[in-house]
Amino acid sequence: MNHLDELEHRSVHILREAYPAFRNLCMLWSIGKDSTVLLWLARKAFFGHVPFPLIHIDTSFKIPEMIAYRDKLVAAWGLNLIYGQNAEALKDRRTFPHGQVDRLTCCQLLKSEALKHTLSGEWPRYRFNHATNDYEPDRNREPFTGVIVGARADEEGSRSKERYFSPRNNENLWDVADQPPEFWQQYKTEFAPGTHVRIHPLLDWTELNIWEYIERERIPVIGLYFDPGSGTRYRSLGCGPCTAAIPSEARSVGEIIHELSTGRLAHVAERSGRAQDAADHGGLETLRRSGYM
Amino acid sequence: MSVLPVSNIASHECLSNHRISSTFDEAVPEADCLSVVITGHVDHGKSTVIGRLLADAGGLPEGKLDQLRGECERNAKPFEYAFLLDALRDEQAQGITIDAARVFFKTAQRRYMIIDAPGHVEFLKNMITGASRAEAALLVIDAKEGIKENSRRHGYLLSVLGISQILVLVNKMDLVAYQRAPFEETVAEYAGFLDQIGVHAAQFIPVAAQPGDNIARRSDRLAWYAGPTVLEALDRLRSEPPPTSTPLRMPVQDVYKFTERNDTRRIVAGTIETGRLRIGDEVVFHPSGKRSHVRTIEAFNRPSPLEAIAGEATGFTLTEELYVTRGEIATRADEPPPAVTTRIRVTLFWLGRQPLLPNRPYVVKLGTAKVQARVDIIHRVLDASTLGVALDRDRVERHEVCECSLALSRPLAFDTVTTNKATSRFVIVDEYEICGGGIVQEALPDRQAHVREKVLQRDLLWDPSHVSDERRAERYGQCPQLLIVTGEEHADRKGVARELEARLFDRGRFVYFLGMGNVVHGVDSDISGSSGSRGEHLRRLGEIANILLDAGLIVVAAAAALSAQEVEMIRTTVRQRVVTAWLGDHVSTDLAPDLLLPNTTADDRMSRLKEHLQNRGAMFSGSMHAKSTRPVTGADDVA
Repeated sequence: MNHLDELEHRSVHILREAYPAFRNLCMLWSIGKDSTVLLWLARKAFFGHVPFPLIHIDTSFKIPEMIAYRDKLVAAWGLNLIYGQNAEALKDRRTFPHGQVDRLTCCQLLKSEALKHTLSGEWPRYRFNHATNDYEPDRNREPFTGVIVGARADEEGSRSKERYFSPRNNENLWDVADQPPEFWQQYKTEFAPGTHVRIHPLLDWTELNIWEYIERERIPVIGLYFDPGSGTRYRSLGCGPCTAAIPSEARSVGEIIHELSTGRLAHVAERSGRAQDAADHGGLETLRRSGYM
Repeated sequence: MSVLPVSNIASHECLSNHRISSTFDEAVPEADCLSVVITGHVDHGKSTVIGRLLADAGGLPEGKLDQLRGECERNAKPFEYAFLLDALRDEQAQGITIDAARVFFKTAQRRYMIIDAPGHVEFLKNMITGASRAEAALLVIDAKEGIKENSRRHGYLLSVLGISQILVLVNKMDLVAYQRAPFEETVAEYAGFLDQIGVHAAQFIPVAAQPGDNIARRSDRLAWYAGPTVLEALDRLRSEPPPTSTPLRMPVQDVYKFTERNDTRRIVAGTIETGRLRIGDEVVFHPSGKRSHVRTIEAFNRPSPLEAIAGEATGFTLTEELYVTRGEIATRADEPPPAVTTRIRVTLFWLGRQPLLPNRPYVVKLGTAKVQARVDIIHRVLDASTLGVALDRDRVERHEVCECSLALSRPLAFDTVTTNKATSRFVIVDEYEICGGGIVQEALPDRQAHVREKVLQRDLLWDPSHVSDERRAERYGQCPQLLIVTGEEHADRKGVARELEARLFDRGRFVYFLGMGNVVHGVDSDISGSSGSRGEHLRRLGEIANILLDAGLIVVAAAAALSAQEVEMIRTTVRQRVVTAWLGDHVSTDLAPDLLLPNTTADDRMSRLKEHLQNRGAMFSGSMHAKSTRPVTGADDVA
């Protein structure tokens, strides 16, 4: 059993622990490589099925290819996809691209707030209807109490402090200094009313592991990660206005692995193309404590 | 070392999480990654050791060290290697690490994940969290300050957590002028301590982390020490192979039947803790004692394997379909079975803010099982930092270790620590929080032992039908369930039971009222009238109910003032498929009924009973579907 096998088995175990523990369980799918690997692991864990809804927060500024890719996989794999968004902020143009707020506030509004209210069921949820091939308002408004997230410990500082099962209080806040103990594969599956638990099956994976696994399993990731011939590609995906492509000529998964392990990216931070990180001086912590993924 | 252009260094960039590549990339086997926890008393220099390891192993991100030195200079604060790890702003303010964080690096031999655990006494739960993910430990002791309470406590907990590979770093040798004597003193004292708890340190190493002696570089100033540096000692440790030669133990996480896209498989899913499982093996599930054979081992996107081994998250289908539930342990019929009982003697470490108290309700989680528990007897309390023992204690305070006996609300399948570590470990939950952990030392006999023995024998010799439980359940739209209406002498238990039977029957359910009188004067005629026969009457009632349940029925019975013990016996006999409803406002026995039925209207009582059966998954509308029968084992479910 090699290291990738170990990671896979641990993640599958965690997903299977989460499934019976929460009546209202969902998985966040950002369309990026990590949560797509997570989606793949869910199909492993449940033998080809994904027995809970996937939640996508649509900021409306996502790179257009991302939405097309999302809807293609939803149809092909028969996924139960729900999206939510901050319709009000978008209507009032209180966004960074519209020039009314700074990057951090924009993230706060379009991601953290949208996520919080979509999870709680206060704001409309739109579910993909496989019969009509379209999204329609979801009648289920129950809050999700278990939320599976593709965060990795090696992404940035605050994430390395996470538990596999990490409680959030009723304000969606994360108390970093006082977290429950977690040992012997026993997780926090008991929680007070009004609170919820985030589940992190990918915590022990590194960026390199993710790509090695994508290669091994032949997971179809979005083409934005590869250089189309312009000498640039995306290393981390987010909203168009705040995500920059990096200089790289990697055209395949194998070339990305080479670049990450020995090549030019071996010593450059993964999220170096993500402008909101730089705006939140000190490791995304301000954003993450208040609910950012 | 050159400084990167500013644009390439995002200000959040966190060193502690950077993978460090050495120049030996090609030689490092992909497979091998050793996780190592670093522990020790506060201020003995753990973070500095890690900072040094990162810097000296040859691969911090370019420019990072210079950048940090620059920042320190601007803030007029001396540079420390520990700063490399202070990823969160909070921590820098406090000057101590507050939680387990991970650091990745590589040597020529293998990859490492160093798990940084804090040393402050308040944060022991984080150290345990970190340590339980590790295969080896670095324990740091200050050469000048010597062994402190957490040096011992952490050593003790490492042994309880089952980490056997320990490197002891005697740090800050620069503060004792690199002399041999203080090192030898610490070694003698600490080795003596480890001896008492049955642990053997792989190596004691004198180091000075801040100047970098013996971390990655051999130090001339410690020339009297001939052993390996920290990096060399790490490379000599071995990853533990998965325990495939111990008997099979697979705690069942779930039984999946996802009907989408015409999937008809019914898969028993779980992670194999120890042993191996092959197609064709006869498997026994404990505590239920149910048996079947492995038909297939299932996998997604690859050919079905012939075998699954320890460490694998797997799933299998059975030749005879059974109702197996989460919490049971799958074992092999040709290997020794686990213990099954409701009373266990354990060693337990307590992390709760409130003390551990006898007779307070807790929940024990072992494998995937979850049962209510209370402390029966506290045998002795141990101070893990001194190994001092206290007898006659009526509570266990935070960070203490105790030996105690626990009484469980339902039988649990497990192994004792000497037979199988993996299935001897449990955590204890107080309200919503994990507040302690423990290992089972001994299975104590309980009053069910003889009944359980009979039931095991019965099930072993049971003549199975060609019609599976599942097919019956699908046909009838219900899962077999025994409901016992009990309560005070004067309460109309029989009336309620018969009324429920009639109403369920009218709704198309397959239901049967089993009167006690029908049993007493027939099946029990050989013992009727003899004193002290109540227990045997109830056992036989249970056996008859068991046959009716096997036929797929919902059985409603009535019995006067049942005690917890009596219900437990029936529960054992019918393999857990029982619920109790108590008629009246208060319970006069020690029973904790599943449902309390106060004296309201008949309609109200009937709808409560029906609702309860529905919530239990006994009755489903429409065809059987994974979602509708999916058990949710959240906190509300244990009660």
